[in-house]
Amino acid sequence: MYRQASRLLFRALGGGRPVGRAFSTNAPAVPVEDSAFVEAWKKVAPNLDPPKTPLSFMKPRPPTPSSIPSKLTVNFVLPYQSEISNKEVDMVIVPATTGQMGVLPGHVATIAELKPGILSVHDGNEATKYFVSSGFAFIHANSITDIVAVEAVPVDHIDPSLVQKGLADFTQKLSSATTDLEKAEAQIGVDVHSALNAALTG
Amino acid sequence: MAMTALRREGRRFLLSPIPPNPSTAARSTMLSESTAYEMRWFLIVSLGDDLISGEVPKSNIHRKNHGRSRRSFVFVCSFFVNAGDLSLLGIRSISTQVVRNRMKSVKNIQKITKAMKMVAASKLRAVQLRTENSRGLWQPFTALLGDTPSVDVKKNVIVTITSDKGLCGGINSTSVKISKSLYKLTSGPEKETKYVLLGEKGKVQMVRDSKNSIEMTITEVQKNPVNYTQVSVLADDILKNVEYDALRIIFNKFHSVVSFIPTISTILSPEVVERESESGGKLGDLDSYEIEGGETKAEVLQNLAEFQFSCVLYNAVLENACSELGARMSAMDSSSRNAGEMLDRLTLTYNRTRQASITTELIEIISGASALTG
Repeated sequence: MYRQASRLLFRALGGGRPVGRAFSTNAPAVPVEDSAFVEAWKKVAPNLDPPKTPLSFMKPRPPTPSSIPSKLTVNFVLPYQSEISNKEVDMVIVPATTGQMGVLPGHVATIAELKPGILSVHDGNEATKYFVSSGFAFIHANSITDIVAVEAVPVDHIDPSLVQKGLADFTQKLSSATTDLEKAEAQIGVDVHSALNAALTG
Repeated sequence: MAMTALRREGRRFLLSPIPPNPSTAARSTMLSESTAYEMRWFLIVSLGDDLISGEVPKSNIHRKNHGRSRRSFVFVCSFFVNAGDLSLLGIRSISTQVVRNRMKSVKNIQKITKAMKMVAASKLRAVQLRTENSRGLWQPFTALLGDTPSVDVKKNVIVTITSDKGLCGGINSTSVKISKSLYKLTSGPEKETKYVLLGEKGKVQMVRDSKNSIEMTITEVQKNPVNYTQVSVLADDILKNVEYDALRIIFNKFHSVVSFIPTISTILSPEVVERESESGGKLGDLDSYEIEGGETKAEVLQNLAEFQFSCVLYNAVLENACSELGARMSAMDSSSRNAGEMLDRLTLTYNRTRQASITTELIEIISGASALTG
């Protein structure tokens, strides 16, 4: 969280460079179809309708505004559910592999790889915490944050005794592992369980 | 006169050739046994696939059957009395046995297809929920990396998702047609396109003509309910065995129970992503994103590409499963309806035959009696 402090401080103090923010436009959103693809398709298979592409199923994202917005829009998706979609919040703390990272509106565009840890969403005075297995977080320049994770549980659903047991199990497996694969699996287990442990206590 | 029974591929059952002048048939009932002409039953019935498939694949059309197209639900039955001579079963009176057998089998088919429709509908409800929940999964990736189906790369891999079971209408043929067109689109000098096929039906259709371009086939994906872990293992397998610059996943997106939209999702390998972002264009913004985590940008991009593939594949498999169930529902529904109509026509014919035989008996008795009394 403190790694970005200098950057945030600078922005808070001086309002950034005088020349305006990078790639901020008021241009309209991108077109719904890829015309080059459609034309190439028509040449090859004129009788078939060209298939659709994901672009046509997605709502276009708003362009980067020229001034920093006051709220951050968060999308938090899991394979079996969209946990948070288009919610306006004040701050999000993501467990990146380089440490806990805080995201405020106006954060620079980033692609962050996540490690098992706590994700907390702060809105006003309330904070919702989830324990996520790994994933990715994309922070876009238009203050939209997408977090894609494989599994997430709210922290209060975690059972401490099972965490301890799992940690002990995997530590024991790690010490008795023979092949590289077993070692890697045991190491992952240890990592996740210690992160869980830290999440519960911290 | 001997009965010639021709069997065409087990489906057409032609009992005897049609008499040269069918207009004489009408007089049959009035004459006595020793008449010279005899009318035969002329029954062409097509069972099986004609009833069930809502769409007959074009490749099957060219069969020779007296110039008659297989598409039509041809059911021509003109029943004419065979006065005196041996009919099919060797009994003298008109028999409704054949019609009754036909009616029984059509009714059974109708029951089966109705049951299949119900089963598909109940499965669809469950899968549809999961599909809609998974729809948010691919959106962040498209928001970040854009959608570039027209990207020009050397090694293309086309991943076609089809079903394992049949009787689901035309969705598998559509997917295969689109894959083949995409193959033509992405082929060229120094370019190489390969297929990875998920699902038995796609494999069967592709093996016929593109056997050499198939890299791997995976079947029985739907045996257990699909979950993310299974799909990510599958994705891992594919990525390990196949060299790719761009992966194109073809599936049927579930729009509603009666409409399925063929869709192509494109996933680029990390090297191509780098190349495209340097050259500007749609991915040009990517360079301005900072990378957190990992040692190098390349490593993170590699992980990103793999994660994107597994997420998009998960959504695609679910959507295709939904589409398959929806298509099966409507195919079974139309087949039950067709069976019902066929049953109606058969019932009418049955009644006509029955009444004709009763009339014949009466006439015989009365004419016999009047012959005796003078």
